[in-house]
Amino acid sequence: MLNWRSQRTRGWIYQIALMGVLIALVAWLLNNTLSNMRMRGIQSGFDFLFDPAGFEIGESMFAFTSTQTYGSAFLVGLFNTLRVSCIAIVVSTIWGTVLGIGRLSTNALARALCYAYTELFRNIPLLLQLLMWYVVLVELMPDADNPKYLLHWVSLSKEGLTLSGFMAENVTLTPEFLALTWGLTLYTSAFVAEVIRSGIQSVPLGQIEAALSIGLSPWQRLRWVVLPQALRLIVPPLTNQYLNAIKNSSLAVAIGYPDLVSISNTSLNQTGRAVECIFIVMAVYLSLSLLIAVAMNYFNRRIAIKER
Amino acid sequence: MHKYADTMLPARPAPLQNMHFVQWVQHNLWGSFASAATTVLLVVLLVWSVPPFIEWSVWHAVFATDADQCQAARDLGACWGVVAEKYRLILFGRYPFDDQWRPLLATGALTLLLVVSCRPIHWNRRLALAWIAVWVLFFACMGGGKWFGISTGLSYVPTDQWGGLPLTMMLATLSIVMAFPLAIVVALGRQSDMPAIKSACIVYVELVRGVPLISVLFMASFMLPLLLPTGASPDVLIRVLIGITLFATAYTAEIVRGGLQAIPRGQIEAAHTLGLSYWQTQRLVVLPQALAYVVPSLMNNFIAIFKDTSLVTIVSLYELSGALGLAVSGDPNWRPFKLEAYLFITLIYFSICFAMSRYSLWVEKQVTRQ
Repeated sequence: MLNWRSQRTRGWIYQIALMGVLIALVAWLLNNTLSNMRMRGIQSGFDFLFDPAGFEIGESMFAFTSTQTYGSAFLVGLFNTLRVSCIAIVVSTIWGTVLGIGRLSTNALARALCYAYTELFRNIPLLLQLLMWYVVLVELMPDADNPKYLLHWVSLSKEGLTLSGFMAENVTLTPEFLALTWGLTLYTSAFVAEVIRSGIQSVPLGQIEAALSIGLSPWQRLRWVVLPQALRLIVPPLTNQYLNAIKNSSLAVAIGYPDLVSISNTSLNQTGRAVECIFIVMAVYLSLSLLIAVAMNYFNRRIAIKER
Repeated sequence: MHKYADTMLPARPAPLQNMHFVQWVQHNLWGSFASAATTVLLVVLLVWSVPPFIEWSVWHAVFATDADQCQAARDLGACWGVVAEKYRLILFGRYPFDDQWRPLLATGALTLLLVVSCRPIHWNRRLALAWIAVWVLFFACMGGGKWFGISTGLSYVPTDQWGGLPLTMMLATLSIVMAFPLAIVVALGRQSDMPAIKSACIVYVELVRGVPLISVLFMASFMLPLLLPTGASPDVLIRVLIGITLFATAYTAEIVRGGLQAIPRGQIEAAHTLGLSYWQTQRLVVLPQALAYVVPSLMNNFIAIFKDTSLVTIVSLYELSGALGLAVSGDPNWRPFKLEAYLFITLIYFSICFAMSRYSLWVEKQVTRQ
């Protein structure tokens, strides 16, 4: 029977109470939403995804015109998000590793510079960094008819970065894309560097001394002693940084790069379907996070200690 | 049989304690071929990049609040005049100009409170009272008008005119302070034996951690009015504050959970044996140790939340970077010198974040010493 002194009974009562409160809360919110929508005459449903979007998108990985549907606009946004995040993740992994190893260098100047870099980039909000890169690219660069040549075939102007000469037509990267990718990469690298540094530092000195004493070369030492042990501690926080990079790419909306969030924002303003648009964004980001988490967990399991 | 020497070998020289400058250089900059090459490369890089920067930011820079002079020195030197001209708009946003001593006083009081709270020596009842007093002062000062029928003697300033540094500091501090206790509850819930409570906490944490803060903010500003009864939707500032708090709770909860997992099972069993209840066990045995373990990650998390408050500018609250846009973008004279203004608030953000990370190192030392 109900016995308040039994821990199990109390546990059940707490849980039933919590579930009751949660269900009531959700029902209340749902009811409010429905009555609000009815009152404001907002339509609901995902059918708008098949309507023509009616807006142009600044850049797209495949041809997109305003007569195409909202659904394909969202797809353009998703691919733009993925493009920026992939580049940022790959480059910041390499650059962050260089910086992280630099923090442990025997050279004092390299140590100091890598330290200054990580502290500087970690302690300034990403949004501010993006806005600054964007200002540098669109206001301080020369006009398009008088571009600044970085290399013979690479030129920079207010219109962005133009690569000419090795394809049939010139390839132009917009300032929005450049500012976002560049800013996000530099920011993420600082965090990756910290992850790599603490991972390598966690390998006990005795291990390295042991490797030295059995005569392993520096490369062998790294490959067979340091890396296998450091990677185990590096991979989980590195996964977090990758997930952060994907989520942070949503700051694109501040500088007008057409990523998923900014497309959803435009659609929201045009159709008024706030619930649906925000739902799509959240669902996409959740599935991306889940996908990366699964992939990195698989990698993590492969490098984990094999206990026999 | 080998015959051992019966005389003592001379002692090896002690490792260098105070290295001479030359020795230090030999050791740290010129140790090997690779090290020497790195030094040369980095020095070339510094010589190539630092002097032009100093030339731009100091030598050719214009410090006067004179837009024409700035225009003339364009491309050559920085225009710090924009900061001198616009600093009040950047720091206090759209707050009525003549009343700006109010946000100044509010920010000053809040800053003093936070600085005092950094020292554990001050953690007593008086500080708790000071927290309440300062927050009352802050909101009375910023908002003015009538409070529950009592007049503050100041004119009423609606929250949509609040902006700049006070807004940034308020959003960051309040969301951290509110998220922390919530996070402890959620973290304990996630460790609970009760399946319904555990799964509710897991769903909450993973759902929030899976989406970007921007979408949470959009939800707070677009969807919350739909979710609440018509007309009952609170002010946008409060909605955004709720959004950031819920977001920060999920991240903080994961960190606290890390600390909880580090507590050996035996500690909890020992507490049960002594007859402590669940809450007594958590409060007296588990949490003090668990939180001490995760001080560095908690501080990193607080820095992240502080930086994240800059995102509220996207849902049109004019905190520091929003106020800057307001101050400079609309003024054709000063618009070209936006970068200098950005560098100014970058300096503010950097100083606060860097101070926080130094403080976290200090706390870490205090905790490990115990």
